[in-house]
Amino acid sequence: MRAYKVYAIEEGTVIDHIESGKGTKVIELLNLKDSTDIISMGMNFESSQVGKKDIIKIENRFLTKDELNTIAIIAPTATINIIKKAKVAEKFKVELPDEFQGIIKCRNPTCITRNEPVKSKFKKFSESPLKVRCKYCEKVFIHFELL
Amino acid sequence: MNFKKRDIISIEDLSKDDILKILKVAKKMEKNPVQNILKGKIMATLFFEPSTRTRLSFESSMKRLGGEILGFGNPKITSVTKGETLWDTTKMIQAYCDVIVIRHYLEGAARLSAESADVPVINAGDGSNQHPTQTMLDLFTIEQSQGKIKDLHIAMCGDLKYGRTVHSLTKALSLFNPTLYFVSPDTLRIPGYIRHELRTKKIKFSEHTDINEVMNKIDILYATRIQKERFPDLADYEKVKNTYILKKNMLGGAKDNMKIMHPLPRVNEIDNDVDDTKHAYYFQQAANAVPIRQAIISLVLGAEK
Repeated sequence: MRAYKVYAIEEGTVIDHIESGKGTKVIELLNLKDSTDIISMGMNFESSQVGKKDIIKIENRFLTKDELNTIAIIAPTATINIIKKAKVAEKFKVELPDEFQGIIKCRNPTCITRNEPVKSKFKKFSESPLKVRCKYCEKVFIHFELL
Repeated sequence: MNFKKRDIISIEDLSKDDILKILKVAKKMEKNPVQNILKGKIMATLFFEPSTRTRLSFESSMKRLGGEILGFGNPKITSVTKGETLWDTTKMIQAYCDVIVIRHYLEGAARLSAESADVPVINAGDGSNQHPTQTMLDLFTIEQSQGKIKDLHIAMCGDLKYGRTVHSLTKALSLFNPTLYFVSPDTLRIPGYIRHELRTKKIKFSEHTDINEVMNKIDILYATRIQKERFPDLADYEKVKNTYILKKNMLGGAKDNMKIMHPLPRVNEIDNDVDDTKHAYYFQQAANAVPIRQAIISLVLGAEK
């Protein structure tokens, strides 16, 4: 039996190997809730790589590498397939940028970014485990603490 | 390593060479504390939370170098109470001065001010985060009292979990190959991420609950206050509050050169009878705030190179 029960797409972006339970968070992070594109999501598929996984398919839309790399905050194991004419045109693993801003809030309630109208800014602190550091309050967070 | 127009926000922004440069200029200031090198320059002090020694030592440093000061020590009298953002406050005040010194109760406030201002910004404490000029004056005091800064045996004692000064000083000292002894109650141990960083940098350290275990090994004893407000459960505070009181009769086995430091104010961590021993160095430490701040202000204003 094939692992996938979410049907194949002709054109678009497939986000695979999302750690089980994080799929809805990825949709939220990418602001896909308000999208008019056809989006299908499957949850709790068996995966030899991550145990159980979620998968998201976005039809007729090609997200940019920068957009997709932000997923690494929530789902560092995710892989991306860009589908063109029903074939995988490009495949890559998400990788958190060294610096990123505005995507998520700092979890420190006494950080200036939580109290002033200013964009959050983070720097990658370590790769494994994936940790990021707030540029302002300098607190270090394990990626899942930021959700 | 050009300091002119540079912001001083976090000790982590300073390289080993930067630190050595500031120490060198501070020594110069110590020898010649009254000069006119900042004549015509204005320093704004924005203190959004109360402070005595930090604000007064900054102001004294500027005045002794011939500069002027303006600012506030009470934000209630400013437009902040009308809802003005820190970004706007800094943007406006920078037009009136050549350097800004800021203390704020929120972490990251100094970094944000530095982004808003074109003039250099010096962090005089942002919440529980950084207080780089305090760390610099601690390093200056250590070097002054020992004649060197490398290869020293240093004990940190008291609240090592929440103590901002201890965290920053530990990071800065790790550039100078120290042997560190962390002495605290179990509930106030030095945080795991700092222990991890020290191991990564191959710095020798050990943890203790009793200062007497290390008294004969150390060159510096850095004592800190155990603050009541840090304890969610006051019963826990009551258990440890009198555990870390340094008394004269505990210093018998100490090395001759051992000096006791404390960021002050002290409550009861150091008995008054320690004050007249050869080991007491905390008032000298407080006095060192002036040469170190003179050095930092004159470097960022380009009066020292």
